[in-house]
Amino acid sequence: MDLLRIENVSKAYSDHIALADVSMSVPQGSVFGLLGPNGAGKTTLIRIITKIIDCDSGKVFLGDKEITPELVRRIGYLPEERGLYKKMKVGEQLIYLARLKGMSRAEAVEKIRSWLERLDLMEWHNKTIQDLSKGMAQKVQFIATVVHEPDLIILDEPFSGFDPVNANLIKDEILRLREQGTTVIFSTHRMESVEELCDHIALINKSKKILDGKKIDIKQSHKDGTFIIEHEGDLSGSSQYELLKSEKQETGLSQSFIRNKIDGSPNLLLAELLKEVQIHSFIEKVPSINEIFISKVKGGHDE
Amino acid sequence: MMNNIGLIIGREYLSRVKKKSFIIMTILGPLLFAGFIFIVGWSATKSVDTKVIHVIDESGVFAEVFDDSDEASYVQSGESLADEKKNLTSGDFDGLLYIPEFEIDNPKGVVFYAPNNPSINLVRSLQKQMNTEIEMIKLKRSGLDQSILDGLKSDLDISTISLSDSGDEKESSSFAASAVGYVGGFLIYMFIFIYGAMCMRGVVEEKTSRIIEVVISSVKPFNLMLGKVIGIAGVGLTQFLLWVLLTAGVTAAGGSIMTMTMMQSQQEQAEQMGIPQDETMQEVQSTAFDDVLGALESVDMVMVVIAFLFFFTSGYLFYGALFAAVGSAVDSDADTQQFMFPIIMPLILSIVLLSAVIQDPGGTLAFWLSMIPFTSPVIMMMRVPFGVEVWELALSMGLMVLGFLFTIWIASRIYRVGILMHGSKVNYKTLGKWIMMKN
Repeated sequence: MDLLRIENVSKAYSDHIALADVSMSVPQGSVFGLLGPNGAGKTTLIRIITKIIDCDSGKVFLGDKEITPELVRRIGYLPEERGLYKKMKVGEQLIYLARLKGMSRAEAVEKIRSWLERLDLMEWHNKTIQDLSKGMAQKVQFIATVVHEPDLIILDEPFSGFDPVNANLIKDEILRLREQGTTVIFSTHRMESVEELCDHIALINKSKKILDGKKIDIKQSHKDGTFIIEHEGDLSGSSQYELLKSEKQETGLSQSFIRNKIDGSPNLLLAELLKEVQIHSFIEKVPSINEIFISKVKGGHDE
Repeated sequence: MMNNIGLIIGREYLSRVKKKSFIIMTILGPLLFAGFIFIVGWSATKSVDTKVIHVIDESGVFAEVFDDSDEASYVQSGESLADEKKNLTSGDFDGLLYIPEFEIDNPKGVVFYAPNNPSINLVRSLQKQMNTEIEMIKLKRSGLDQSILDGLKSDLDISTISLSDSGDEKESSSFAASAVGYVGGFLIYMFIFIYGAMCMRGVVEEKTSRIIEVVISSVKPFNLMLGKVIGIAGVGLTQFLLWVLLTAGVTAAGGSIMTMTMMQSQQEQAEQMGIPQDETMQEVQSTAFDDVLGALESVDMVMVVIAFLFFFTSGYLFYGALFAAVGSAVDSDADTQQFMFPIIMPLILSIVLLSAVIQDPGGTLAFWLSMIPFTSPVIMMMRVPFGVEVWELALSMGLMVLGFLFTIWIASRIYRVGILMHGSKVNYKTLGKWIMMKN
């Protein structure tokens, strides 16, 4: 089932079009990567989902209902530009933000206590934000995003500003939340985190969605018949395949990238190769999200 | 959603009221205010140092003219001018008046010597006393009888009575009305300024710290803005009420100490003079208090308080919304200047025009200024103690309500767009565009 459905959403500002007829679905329980270069329209889309701005046309559904300010309370949103009231105490601030989301005070106090303990912030709960390090403030902000146990969490560039230790901590928390059934949308232009965490992705470029679906499916469909082989002896190249590059390794073996020219099973290609050289390894190269991203975005430039 | 606005008001209010600076100002304010009142009162009651002035009168005309007053006491001197000048420079007395022989028709050559510039008041009083005497001599010379001359003197004191529609005559005091109006108008002006600016800084802070995006994913921008404006109004009213209470407390305490010392000295005097104590004490108290109370009673204080609370709040809402809009349009406190100017102009103008309004509180200028919501909080406050027609007050209040509803609407249009804008240069044209922009 889809938790979030975006249908034909468009948004224009006075001087440019931010989103043009964008549709996508975010399945329940998925970690969904919303990818795109800077200025592609990711933040605008998120702001439309969270009702911070209205779209010119199109609809957004959460569950089976069109989204309303009341329903937005079921979303937790971590904006790219982080911010908290600098002079407010950590505990008070979290209670305030949780109550704005409709939690009762007692419930908020209890949940916040357990989160602060989990993220090692308990001793800071009576300090103001300006006394905290940047990393600690980020953790507080993360708590503010998830404390009201939203069905959907939207994280805009969640790992920027975190040191590796804290980034891992947050990563683990995200995965834990997914196990509890929370759906997560990631907006980012950093592909490593997508590769690691996401199971679905959508790619936005120049205000248009150019790709979406399961990460595995997308990767499979973007295979271009490239194989990486380790071998003894030299490849001469043939009508069957194209030699992309070849390198002598320290082990004395050569590593070569070749692209299959003929459609059909890798066995045919392998049979052809066996005639020429001694094969030590033979791996089909699956493109990384980063490669797909770059090729798609560059392709967009050429259009 | 209404619950949300309550939460916002609560946060805006509590986070400010709990601040150290608020508590310090709340305590310090009345002390400063009371101190101010004491200084004014003290300087009014305390007589100026009596100046000792020696008079060398070679003309012999002014032998009995100079009466000793609080300001100066006069000593007729028999010494020569040169000797007295020496004595003056050595500091034996404060001034030396030299009157040579002169013709009555052409008085010349009078000189006043003083170690430093004498006060204008003193010189004027000397001139006046001498002129009066010369005029008297001239009148006598023209053959008028002394008894007629005595009969010419009069001591007129105009008392003012305001005649209300119902025909009640009430002794009015222009001075008390002016004082009440001026204090009221000025307090409103200060309140709008201080708390309007607080509003603006609050919005700028939310915008620059980027908390805004988190908050407005749970709250409508309009509710956030209104919550902030109302919360800060609460802070202002709280501070004001605490000031009133504390000032009253401090002045009462200080006042009772003052009257006690006054009564003590009176008592001592009375004992010395052998007058029974009770009467003098009562006399002292009653005259002092009656003057103040009598003057204040002439002003309709109930009306003043109602008008004050209304214009205090509505004036702040009117301007506070505009200040909030300015805060939302800029990226930092430093950028607020260009938009602040047109907002504070009418405020400053109303303070400047107060003096003109005091001159003629029922005049055309005063009327129109007290109708326009930009100036009416301050100007109407000035007029109310003088007595204002009910329909005028009602109209002014009605326009004021329309005024702040309008500014809140305008401000919310600017606010909802402005708070999400970063880094773009904003001018009046873009503000206009934001106001017209659809959601």
